[in-house]
Amino acid sequence: MLRELFFGKLTWEAIPYHSPIIMGAGLFMVAVVIITLGLITYFKFWTPLWKEWITSVDHKKIGIMYLILSGVMLLRGFSDVVLMRSQQALAAGSQLGYLPPEHYDQIFSAHGVIMIFFVVMPMMFALLNIALPLQIGARDVAYPFLNSLSFWLTFVGAMLCNASLVIGDFSNAGWTAYPPLSEMYYSPSVGVDYYIWSLQIAGIGTLLAGINFIVTILKMRCQGMTLMRMPIFVWSALCSMILVALAFPVLTVTLGLLFLDRSFGMHFFTDFSGGNPMMYINLIWIWGHPEVYILILPAFGVFSEVVATFSQKALFGYVTMVFALVIITFLSFLVWLHHFFTMGAGANVNAFFGLATMVIAIPTGVKVFNWLFTMYQGRIVLATPMLWVAAFFTTFAIGGMTGVMMAVPPVDFQVHNTLFLVAHFHNVLIGGALFGYFAGVIYWFPKAFGFRLNETWGKWAFACWIIGFYLAFMPLYVIGLDGFMRRVNHYANEVYQPYLIMAAIGALFVLFGVLFQIGQLIVSIRQRHLLADHTGDPWNGRTLEWSISSPAPLYNFAHIPAVADRDSFWGFKESHLGDGRIHPRELRYVDILLPKNTPAGFVIAMFTGILGFALVWEMPIPGAIGLIGAIATMILKTLDTHTEYYLDAETVKQTELSHLREILQCPTT
Amino acid sequence: MSHDLALAEHQHAESASIDVFGFWLYIMTDCILFGCLFASFLVLNLPGAAGPDLKSYLNLRDVLLETFLLLISNFVFGLAILSSYKNSVKKVQGWLALSFLLGASFVFLELREFAQLAQEGFRWDLSGKASSFFALVGTHGFHVSCGLFWIAVMICQLPFIQTDIAQRRLTYLGLFWNFLDIVWIFVFTLVYLTGAL
Repeated sequence: MLRELFFGKLTWEAIPYHSPIIMGAGLFMVAVVIITLGLITYFKFWTPLWKEWITSVDHKKIGIMYLILSGVMLLRGFSDVVLMRSQQALAAGSQLGYLPPEHYDQIFSAHGVIMIFFVVMPMMFALLNIALPLQIGARDVAYPFLNSLSFWLTFVGAMLCNASLVIGDFSNAGWTAYPPLSEMYYSPSVGVDYYIWSLQIAGIGTLLAGINFIVTILKMRCQGMTLMRMPIFVWSALCSMILVALAFPVLTVTLGLLFLDRSFGMHFFTDFSGGNPMMYINLIWIWGHPEVYILILPAFGVFSEVVATFSQKALFGYVTMVFALVIITFLSFLVWLHHFFTMGAGANVNAFFGLATMVIAIPTGVKVFNWLFTMYQGRIVLATPMLWVAAFFTTFAIGGMTGVMMAVPPVDFQVHNTLFLVAHFHNVLIGGALFGYFAGVIYWFPKAFGFRLNETWGKWAFACWIIGFYLAFMPLYVIGLDGFMRRVNHYANEVYQPYLIMAAIGALFVLFGVLFQIGQLIVSIRQRHLLADHTGDPWNGRTLEWSISSPAPLYNFAHIPAVADRDSFWGFKESHLGDGRIHPRELRYVDILLPKNTPAGFVIAMFTGILGFALVWEMPIPGAIGLIGAIATMILKTLDTHTEYYLDAETVKQTELSHLREILQCPTT
Repeated sequence: MSHDLALAEHQHAESASIDVFGFWLYIMTDCILFGCLFASFLVLNLPGAAGPDLKSYLNLRDVLLETFLLLISNFVFGLAILSSYKNSVKKVQGWLALSFLLGASFVFLELREFAQLAQEGFRWDLSGKASSFFALVGTHGFHVSCGLFWIAVMICQLPFIQTDIAQRRLTYLGLFWNFLDIVWIFVFTLVYLTGAL
């Protein structure tokens, strides 16, 4: 009895001793955690870790933490890729491969969830945090504490998802967890509950971050920065965050109702007693389709910044770019049904959603042409961010074309749930979103860390990724068109095997790409003095973030800038042509109001994590501890009204002057 | 070490307006949350859906009483905000306490209704119709309970926090409390009145 109050359904049986692959992965994960903790202790990093990182509300540091989370989860998500690709390469005809179906199902479910929620989303928020407040000339986001809470909630969601690897199992109902498969009577294990609660917690973090950035963009822009003078990255972030605010509540409800079905025997999505599984599929895609635009719009923003900077030319068609973004934002809510044309909604409904889907190609095409025209007659610098952009053009165009193909309902009936679809969405999500964020990470890396990334290693990583990507996904188009279904862990017809072996070789190339990226990071850290960014403007940038030192000082701007045009920093540099340096506009410094660090966000998120774990395993006492702890911390936080402090003018002055001195001594400018 | 006082004032005033805007956005996301619940309620209650109708179990008199309790609670909350402009903490606390009592009676009546429905056989696991009813009305009731908890915390906190911060928090709470009334109007119309027809 007491045992159940504490541990609920959790027993030693939950740890999969018998499965060597899971145990191996789990032990590896535990080993990584122990080594990390050991290193922190060895370098006596605990105090700075707590004081300067965990409790930090500084958007620049939160951005870096998002980036680390995203990188770590990318490795986790990518190891799923290696498993899946090798299984499909082996399991043809009489060969069954090495992964049993129930394990394979968990792997592809976890792969989707991790890549969408814990790799691409955090990478997007990393860039938003690192660059956005600097681009609009703000000292921080609107709600610094909420920002910290958002990050830690995302972190806890990711950790809950990781915990499912060793304690219990993960959902095997795919990343969208369609009922009735995800209902209790078909998925009685805790897998779907892990899915529900890790996404629910991370989703709340995302929603809060969405609100935070909308307010930041609408209310915190510096003087003179009207909406139509904002960098396109800020516009794309605004559109994406509006989508977050509109779409994520739908996810919360959908997962909430699935939870009610599973835990309270309700009948929302059951296939009897008046439940309606198709309602779940509608709801999840009303969230899910905007979600893919949430992921890709900021990547479009990154492309706009990178193309303009490395073509050394103002972005072509700024106004049409903004309109294209806004139209995509609007249309993204009118296309969800194209994910299930086969539902049988009828020819007219399918025709409407098919047309709405095709229409999206128009504003997207406008954007692609704008980027191309920006490059036309520009002085293009082929640095690594620009390489990723170039790869994006072709890759995304292919993905877009296949997308328009599938927007035609009769074609979709043929390729629905085949590898053709899988190839399509990887084509747009990797070729669009991920390449964009890679470009963005390299582009803003010096602003976050103070030194650039090594170009040679970056180019090798790029080459491996591109070759690997095409090798891995082009064969999938071919066999998908031939009717090869997705989520298959064994196939009888050996005709398909060569294609899947080729896909596996592609994955191997991508693996080398990832290894080169890790190598790039290590080499760059070792060469950080050589690659140091003394001026704060390593790429000859156009927007405000390049007007301050790298890494940006705590307060971002000693004087809140006032701008009179788009690309204001570029304009400033042009009007001071000749000496090529930035002179301090004003030498009178004032005290700057800054938010104080607080552990509240971290603590609330940890309690929420305990609550989430307790809900998965139905543990009453830990659940109560998590819930009460989180609420009590929130109330304690409200009692503390001294959340800000003044950074004195003298410190500001010294920081600014030392940066100026650094510029003057810099040998390269 | 010269504080630029005018600047500081400006920064504070700005942060107040920023905070209220953020809270409006949150309310909007909550609106969408309820929108989904309403949508699923309507879908699962389409003519011909399995299971008995809510109609035969309804007690509209209690529901009307609940409605008035919630609306009056909101009105009283308005009085609390008005007296907060006069800086009288005691009065604000008094009105808030009254608002709390009215809201708590609402929750009590709702829970009693739920218990009665369950006893008479209209349980949440009976059918899609019943599930959607309990989820929609229950989510509203859960929001009201959270609001009540918030009011209680506010009553205790009020003497210890600065006036401007207290006023700002009362504004958020007022927005939230108002919003729940509006949602209830829709619940009353779409669930109870339409259900009783």
